[in-house]
Amino acid sequence: MSDADGWRRVHPLSPIVRGGRATIAIAVLLLPTMLRGGDISGSYVQLAIAGVLTALGFASWLVTRWRIDSDDLQIETGLLRRQSLRFPLSQVQAVDIVRPGLARIFRVAELRLRMGGASGSTARLAYLPEREVEPLRVRLLALARGAKHDEEALAAEASAEEHVLTTVPTGRLVASILISDVGLIAEAVIAGLIVTALLAPTAAAGVVSGGAVWILTVLTLVWRRFNQEYRLTLAEGPDGLRLRSGLVALTAETIRPGRVQAVRMVEPLIWRLLGWCRLEVDLAGRQRSKGEGEAQRRSLRAVLPVGSRVLAGELLDRIVPDRPREQTRPPRRVLWKSPLRYRMIAWGRTETCVATTSGRLRRVTCWVPLQKVQSLRRVQGPVQRRLRLASVHVDTAGRGVHAMLRDRDAAEADRALVQLTELARAARRGSAAAPAA
Amino acid sequence: MCIAGLDPGPLAYSRSVAVEESSTEGNRWRRPSHRLLVLRRLQAAAATVAVFVAAVVLAVYAGAAPGLVCAGLAVVFGLAAERFVRRRFSAWGYAEREDDLLVQRGVLFSRLSVVPYGRMQFIDVTAGPLERSFRIATVRMHTAAAASDARIPGLDREEAARLRDRLAELGEAQAAGL
Repeated sequence: MSDADGWRRVHPLSPIVRGGRATIAIAVLLLPTMLRGGDISGSYVQLAIAGVLTALGFASWLVTRWRIDSDDLQIETGLLRRQSLRFPLSQVQAVDIVRPGLARIFRVAELRLRMGGASGSTARLAYLPEREVEPLRVRLLALARGAKHDEEALAAEASAEEHVLTTVPTGRLVASILISDVGLIAEAVIAGLIVTALLAPTAAAGVVSGGAVWILTVLTLVWRRFNQEYRLTLAEGPDGLRLRSGLVALTAETIRPGRVQAVRMVEPLIWRLLGWCRLEVDLAGRQRSKGEGEAQRRSLRAVLPVGSRVLAGELLDRIVPDRPREQTRPPRRVLWKSPLRYRMIAWGRTETCVATTSGRLRRVTCWVPLQKVQSLRRVQGPVQRRLRLASVHVDTAGRGVHAMLRDRDAAEADRALVQLTELARAARRGSAAAPAA
Repeated sequence: MCIAGLDPGPLAYSRSVAVEESSTEGNRWRRPSHRLLVLRRLQAAAATVAVFVAAVVLAVYAGAAPGLVCAGLAVVFGLAAERFVRRRFSAWGYAEREDDLLVQRGVLFSRLSVVPYGRMQFIDVTAGPLERSFRIATVRMHTAAAASDARIPGLDREEAARLRDRLAELGEAQAAGL
């Protein structure tokens, strides 16, 4: 499938896999009719939609091609609006291999190159035959390092000197998902179905075929989370943090320590009773590439899907070494404005790091290295003005972490804004002096 | 609420007195052009007149009482809009400091943004048809963070161009990596 210039096409089944949920939805729309009488010529609309989508998918496959050109990965796509994308391999931050459910069935895999730089985009090669992905990943990483090692040496280097920090036990992961928000929804749906089936078996069939898309969506969410975080192993290698996870497919990712924009610890209500928490890191780059769902774009990379607070503390020491130990509480009058949040709100700082805590039912703690601060904002709303309160936002280049010194005394917020501005400036200067940053 | 080096600027000295430029605590606070205020007032007036005309039409077809009530409401709405527009205009302000740009805005929600020059990725200057006819433009700074929205509307064209060039120059000199 490659021509003289080295241009190649993705796997012919890509549109089907790319369609993902749409493919399932079409199947769900058409199947009941087909099963009932076999006469699907009556449902013109569904047939037309399916036909158009198939044609579009085929066209998109036909016009999409890629090649590796010395130091760049080039991707050309688009039928009417032709797009030629060029990704310089020197800016690659991580190479991920992703295999969603449908891709596993068709034995294809997606290769994602997370790019640094101003655009912060993601290069996606979706989808490639499974057997071609691993060699391509090694080759791309080799090119990204600019070295011309032979592949054996690279493979040896990749596995050497790795210090495993933690692996999540499967039992604990299952338990944590069962009591998480998504898990509870899924359990409610299943319980509802069972009750319906017991009380009125005929109605249950209707509910299943009618709400199939919803049921599938919820189950997909649960499954995706389980699959993504199954046996997630965090290791520290010479080149940074290494994440490996997945049930059927392995997702491998390397995060350079200096690339972490912010760290977030989430403690949902029920988890807190068990002393569990979840640790997530935020990297630079807005994932704007189309085809990525909102959920994926917003989600952060969990380095610890579930674990004790002690374990989280140990990992935090590795990721943000100089983090504040103590946080200050807000004034009591905040109770008037945010009664639920009052118990959670706090913030603290050291010379190089700022930490903020907030949340209503779940507690969310964010750590931002001051060297990564993009801008600072002091915001005061009408209620806050009455109560002489103000908030300071700490903006980072990441996607999901929103660090915010919520509801502080107005004078304290002003002081914090001045201090953080100065400290961030100093941290920036310091990192500019050290070329490795 | 005054702090050395980072005073709240326009809010501190006035909500209504129009000062194009002032100097407090070493920060030179600048304001958008007065033509922005004129433009915003015209927009508010246009909306008010539209409501008023609708009220008059209502008075003709549905009787005097509801029409008069609507017309009265339109006048009240217009006065409120005028007051709001004026306050919002006077809340805008920006100051170029040594290492960062301060942008102040907002009446109900007052915001003070600190955007370091080294973090600016690119700068937009935009002017819609209305803004163009008033010879003003909006300057918007983009950092790698989506949340940091630093924009200054209603700048004189020359001032917008000057600011853009100055920010680009400073940004290049102080650029820091992610």
